[in-house]
Amino acid sequence: MFQEISFILNGKKRKFNIDVRKSLFEILREYAGIKSVKQGCKVGECGACSVLVDDVLIDSCIFLGLWADGKKIKTLEGQAKQGKLSKVQQAYVNEGAIQCGFCTPGFIMATTSFVKKNKQKNVTIDEIKKNHAGNLCRCTGYQNILKAVKKSLRN
Amino acid sequence: MFDFEKYIKPETIDETIKYISENSDARLIAGGTDILINLKKGKFENLTLIDIHDIKELKFIKIDDNKNILIGSGTTFLNIIESDIIKKHIPMLIKAASSVGGPQIRNIATIGGNICNGVTSADSASSLFALNAVLILKGINGKREIPISDFYLGHGKVDLKETEILIGFKITPNNYKGYFGHYYKYAMRNSMDIATIGCAVSLKINHGVFQDYRIAYGVAAPVPMRCLKTEKAVINQKISNELLNKISNMVEKEVNPRTSWRASKEFRMNIIKELSKRVTKKILISVGEKI
Ligand SMILES: Cc1cc2nc3c(=O)[nH]c(=O)nc-3n(C[C@H](O)[C@H](O)[C@H](O)COP(=O)(O)OP(=O)(O)OC[C@H]3O[C@@H](n4cnc5c(N)ncnc54)[C@H](O)[C@@H]3O)c2cc1C
Ligand code: FES
Ligand code: FES
Repeated sequence: MFQEISFILNGKKRKFNIDVRKSLFEILREYAGIKSVKQGCKVGECGACSVLVDDVLIDSCIFLGLWADGKKIKTLEGQAKQGKLSKVQQAYVNEGAIQCGFCTPGFIMATTSFVKKNKQKNVTIDEIKKNHAGNLCRCTGYQNILKAVKKSLRN
Repeated sequence: MFDFEKYIKPETIDETIKYISENSDARLIAGGTDILINLKKGKFENLTLIDIHDIKELKFIKIDDNKNILIGSGTTFLNIIESDIIKKHIPMLIKAASSVGGPQIRNIATIGGNICNGVTSADSASSLFALNAVLILKGINGKREIPISDFYLGHGKVDLKETEILIGFKITPNNYKGYFGHYYKYAMRNSMDIATIGCAVSLKINHGVFQDYRIAYGVAAPVPMRCLKTEKAVINQKISNELLNKISNMVEKEVNPRTSWRASKEFRMNIIKELSKRVTKKILISVGEKI
């Protein structure tokens, strides 16, 4: 069961002949060479596979690859521009919000989506937590991630 | 890789119905947050997947000429949270939608999928029960409407006839105008957890007297439910702490929670009783009543 699909991946148009049974996660890793998406749980619990589809944050492991057809997909790979980290990425670095790094691409995408919606707004720590609740981190204890999100909102 | 045999992507509701009737082993997929997990577990054999994810006809939130609020089955929880119509008229549903999973789940999971999977913990169910929501279904023999309370037949079982698809929900003005409601999800974690108990209350109050009172629960029985006897006893009564205690004692006799690995029956009963008071009080205080 193969079908041709195309989508804009980090600003570039890409075309693939995909097995319709594959998840977007599998398409990104196996066909598109996107290695930032990680497989933590495969069932929508951990957010390590998070990407933006038309600027909406989703878990790519429970998203049919076919649904990406005609959409704009953003992954971590598209965040740095001309070798310069995005503001969110830089905030994670500055706050030491990364340890092993496995969860980081997913978290960066979640924060990127959150910051876009809440720029210049006064958000509470609870709102930050609620909007990152779909991402798990086994290393940092979250405190530095929270600081990085706060910093990203200010910048 | 998801485990299915055949894949069909209809463009319209009528095309979907035609395909369901031609494929007896078919399952619909909307947001996929339930069914894709089951497909990974290999729960189905030789499944035909009918993909309604992109059907525009199923995505709407509107008010018709008769002031009915209509919500398409393909509406995501994100759409609900961001809807001005819902915010203005039935904010309790925003509360329910915001309590589902985490952002990634709310962004894609649909309210139709939440109800059609037939589970008692569905976060939108108790509120829809308290709002007397009517389900609009369509199959090969045409359209029909049934109250949500009749739709649930048992754990995981709903009254979807063989060729039917859920088009959406209707909430009539006599079920939301003048009402104030609230949904509270009690779970072990604040997010990304299934409700231990969900409680929705919707009420109408005039000069300190209950004109109407509705209380619905998730996980208090095999399917979401209302406590109709309790409700009857509250109508025309004055607000008082004694009445709140009476509510809490009466709901105990109507519900039927069970023990699972999440919580024991006794613990659930405590939460059920406590939430009846807490949720009711929260609404009363929010509308300026003294209690
Ligand atoms: C990590 C995670 C966390 C979750 N947390 C919660 C939570 O906190 N609260 C909660 O209530 N749920 C939760 N869920 C369960 C799930 O997300 C919801 O039940 C969701 O609303 C299902 O909607 P969907 O569109 O994704 O369903 P799908 O998986 O697409 O469909 C579910 C079922 O409904 C049927 N169906 C869908 N649409 C229609 C239609 N229009 N007509 C007829 N049948 C239809 C499908 O055939 C399928 O059997 C969670 C799931 C995950 C993976
Ligand atoms: S791998 Fe997708 S959410 Fe965990
Ligand atoms: S840094 Fe290791 S899981 Fe988050």
